[in-house]
Amino acid sequence: MDYGTLRGLIALLILALFIIIVVWAYSKKRRSSFDDAANSIFEEDRKDEVNKQETNNNV
Amino acid sequence: MSQSNTSAVDYNMNVVRQFTVMTVIWGFVGTLVGVLIAAQLIWPALNFDTPWLTYSRLRPLHTNAVIFAFGTSALFATSYYVVQRTCKTALFGGSLASFTFWGWQAIIVAAAITLPLGYTSSKEYAELEWPIDIAIAVVWVSYAIVFFGTLIKRKTSHIYVANWFFGGFILTVAVLHIGNSMAIPVSMMKSYSIYSGAIDAMMQWWYGHNAVGFLLTAGFLGMMYYFVPKQAERPVYSYRLSIVHFWALVSLYIWAGPHHLHYTALPDWAQSLGMVMSVVLFLPSWGGMINGIMTLSGAWHKLRHDPILRFLIVSLSFYGMSTFEGPMMAIKSVNALSHYTDWTVGHVHSGALGWVAMVSIGAMYHLIPVLFNQQRMFSIRLINIHFWMHTAGIVLYIVAMWISGVMQGLMWRAVNTDGTLTYSFVESLTASYPFYFMRFLGGVLVVAGFVIMLYNMFKTIGAENGSLKKVEAA
Repeated sequence: MDYGTLRGLIALLILALFIIIVVWAYSKKRRSSFDDAANSIFEEDRKDEVNKQETNNNV
Repeated sequence: MSQSNTSAVDYNMNVVRQFTVMTVIWGFVGTLVGVLIAAQLIWPALNFDTPWLTYSRLRPLHTNAVIFAFGTSALFATSYYVVQRTCKTALFGGSLASFTFWGWQAIIVAAAITLPLGYTSSKEYAELEWPIDIAIAVVWVSYAIVFFGTLIKRKTSHIYVANWFFGGFILTVAVLHIGNSMAIPVSMMKSYSIYSGAIDAMMQWWYGHNAVGFLLTAGFLGMMYYFVPKQAERPVYSYRLSIVHFWALVSLYIWAGPHHLHYTALPDWAQSLGMVMSVVLFLPSWGGMINGIMTLSGAWHKLRHDPILRFLIVSLSFYGMSTFEGPMMAIKSVNALSHYTDWTVGHVHSGALGWVAMVSIGAMYHLIPVLFNQQRMFSIRLINIHFWMHTAGIVLYIVAMWISGVMQGLMWRAVNTDGTLTYSFVESLTASYPFYFMRFLGGVLVVAGFVIMLYNMFKTIGAENGSLKKVEAA
């Protein structure tokens, strides 16, 4: 295999990887765990602070 | 946000405090040197006829101070803070974190001494000579050990997205710095790059543009993904988009370097590749910007009362602006007009003062009270004044450089019917003077803003523990 073909294949491989990442990130199955991850940075505060004015329950 | 000290984990916040305080101090010093050299372009006598204060030696001092002293200290502070809080564990490596602080500060001092003395490798943003380069590599590898070690011993199952950006930035900067700084020393303070000719130029801008892409972008995006949601008190707009954002950004940025070398000895195909990759880069950049700004969706009213949030959100607007401008300037025909003019300087500062500095300042204002056991900064009003001074300063700066830059580009390319140049170089320089003054004024506003920030910071640190209570709608 010559260098040009190899580079073409690598480009295709990376494109495929990108599509896999998008499909994985947006799959229904992952939804709740990503929501948890997004909210994880507030966990410590919730324990500490009682009277927070606005919560993020709607998101 | 306030009571981190009551949590069960014994975080190493000492090193975060050290880096935070130094960030603000270096921000002031770095921009002050910038204002001095801006003034030198209007009043050349300001070099006082000493070689140590000439523009050519102070300019790299300015860029090193703002990028590596101010910006990188901010990245150390926030990455050490975020990785501990999100992994719910103390920093790995014990006193190694402390070593990165003192090592990094020693490198900055070494830069501040050697650059005015004229020791330089002449590579832009990599001017420091080989002994300092080795020290940087040692400190950086220690940083990587501390950061990734902390990730490995985390108490949570998921690695929060901010850490991905921080990790990507730390790893890539190590590769870039070591790759580009390969040199053969001929004496204690002189070395020659192992690369030659066009390859050296390509290595340099592979490094140079990724210093922008990974240090000044990916690192600060890590900051954004933690501090924007924290300050807005709502989770990031789309966590899924942040994952796609990360992978798209890191896989594209690395190819954009050749756009610094349009119409040079670099092979044409490499120039075109750099151009195409730079244009494509617009997509992940704006994906990230939208993700950050939309975090406020449904809570826009917070911007009215919270100047810290204003810093963070306006930083994202500047990020969006410069990441639109950048791909455009990377197009060869646009670059033919913009390259080597003040337009480039304006573009860099809309990214540096607008994006990097504003997101850091916002993060610092968020962090300082948390780190020093207060619920808020000493004065919210002063944060607001700082915000408006900084914003006005940037607007003056970049508008001046846009006009001056486009004017220079047009004057340099103007030709008479007989093929001779219409304007001499000096004529274009004379035409730029009013805009240099405007830029100087903008810079003065930015520095004055940092003075206010320093005062506010030391007042907050000096206040009695817990005496500054949260106020509603400041």
